[in-house]
Amino acid sequence: MSGALHSQLSLYAAIATSSFRRYSTYTAATLAGIFTNSVFGIILSFAYLALWEQNPTAGGYEADQAVTFVWIGQALLMTVALWSGGSTDELAERIRTGDIAVDLYRPVSVLGWYLAADLGRGLYHFTTRGVAPAIVGALLFGLVSPSPAGAAGFLVSVVLAVVVSFAVRFLFAASAFWLLDATGPRVLLSVLTTFFSGLTLPLTLFPDGLRQVALALPFASYIQTPADIWLGRHTGLDMLAAIGLQVVWAVVLLGVCALVLRAATRKVVVQGG
Amino acid sequence: MALIEVRDLSRDFTIRKKTGPLRRTSVVKHAVHDLSFEIDAGEMVGYIGPNGAGKSTTIKMLTGILVPSGGSARVAGLEPSRQRRELARRIGVVFGQRTSLWWDLPLRDSFELLRRIYRIPDQTFRRNLEDHVALLDLGELLDTPVRQLSLGQRMRGDIAAALLHDPEILYLDEPTIGLDVISKGRLREFLRALNHERGTTLMLTTHDLQDIEALCDRVIVIDHGTAVFDGPLSSLRVNGGSSRTLVVDLVDEAAPIDIDGARVMKVEGPRQWLAFPAGASAAPLVAQVAAAYDIADLSIHEPDIEDVIRQLYSR
Repeated sequence: MSGALHSQLSLYAAIATSSFRRYSTYTAATLAGIFTNSVFGIILSFAYLALWEQNPTAGGYEADQAVTFVWIGQALLMTVALWSGGSTDELAERIRTGDIAVDLYRPVSVLGWYLAADLGRGLYHFTTRGVAPAIVGALLFGLVSPSPAGAAGFLVSVVLAVVVSFAVRFLFAASAFWLLDATGPRVLLSVLTTFFSGLTLPLTLFPDGLRQVALALPFASYIQTPADIWLGRHTGLDMLAAIGLQVVWAVVLLGVCALVLRAATRKVVVQGG
Repeated sequence: MALIEVRDLSRDFTIRKKTGPLRRTSVVKHAVHDLSFEIDAGEMVGYIGPNGAGKSTTIKMLTGILVPSGGSARVAGLEPSRQRRELARRIGVVFGQRTSLWWDLPLRDSFELLRRIYRIPDQTFRRNLEDHVALLDLGELLDTPVRQLSLGQRMRGDIAAALLHDPEILYLDEPTIGLDVISKGRLREFLRALNHERGTTLMLTTHDLQDIEALCDRVIVIDHGTAVFDGPLSSLRVNGGSSRTLVVDLVDEAAPIDIDGARVMKVEGPRQWLAFPAGASAAPLVAQVAAAYDIADLSIHEPDIEDVIRQLYSR
């Protein structure tokens, strides 16, 4: 039993590793991405500084915390594949072309496969397109550092952010099983993630009512939750509760993914061929 | 018990068509309809038919990635759509137009991932890798990313990949599509050896009838979702209503030869073409002709399998 579990885990580790290596072959794209993230971080930082000069405690953040929030957002943008770039893009494409057939006849869970691949990808993007722009931000603006517990909580929260965002992306990509093409849903999703992840503005700045809703949505797991843990706004039990909500979303959404995938494989035609 | 058992297998697709700004009508297409056949272990079967005949749909049902609308399929004692993953360990699938390799990774890494996916014992993996690398001439390609391989090289890589876990059955969907003559020949040789030496059951769909002639003892022809022929290649020629041709070179030019059991197709100087049913023997005809004319030379032409199949479809 433990042997089977071990070989299962080593398979997923191998998938994640090979995914990491696949992304690492595109160095030029990574460097260009780091540059873009840095430029956006600088522009947003100045915008935030202007905003916080008007209202020095907007959303409950000090100005230096707000700037740190910007750079955490830039660092996590690709890590959670906020707009695109995840293993789920490949899934949508493979459903459209019918190549998904190849994945389906393998004796391995399709959901587990793409999740492992996305975690490997996320690790690559975190260590490159996450860390490098953050260093730029720290040099130019001086960022707020977390407590040791905050740093540990942040890392756990980032892993969960990737899982939650993966599950959401998986569901949108799986719509291609019925819609034949997932471009429309993907555009809708990128609008939702842009506003409700905290990338544009911290969710705590949203007006009453919308704020509570936004903080409860899975998109808050992407940037808002890890950033608040880093900034020490969630500590102790509060931090556990924030991470707990991410875990709940991860489990619920992965469960829905599994159901959708089962419905898709049983009922829907594999296109092409 | 046969290794593959298909009984009254059917699969319908509902196609929605726009017939007006708001109106849509549904048309049900019977992609596979009451299909039945059995394949025993160790057979090499060609599964052929025109585009849209239901070949790929059948293969998808046999591998479990498409649920039948009716009838039943059993492969290696399993029900494919319900026991897809269990079945996957015992079969290999090669799609000529798709790849199971990872685009950005060297061939070797794809093989390594497959070793873990199928939990292939180290010894089996090493032996199969060694064998297939040698036979398919993949040695120098192992460290090349798949995206840099030529079509023929990628195809060989895909076949090696499909065989790493010692499948009992190998399905090949258009395995030689787009390959040059030499690559085709080598691939066929490899597949024949695989069947003879390991007893792997092969089922291949193809448009290339030379694949069938080179590999398959048995042919199943499918059209409009139903089997229209199932038997050995030789009797396909007979049943196809096709004819063999006796080409006679006479010493002198003559009027069209008039004998029983054959009719003249063409006359060109002293050479005449006589058609006779593929099931009949040529010997009595030759005797009749020889009795009445002076013959310089003669030869017998087998019907072209493409013609045979064209006639089957048009019936």
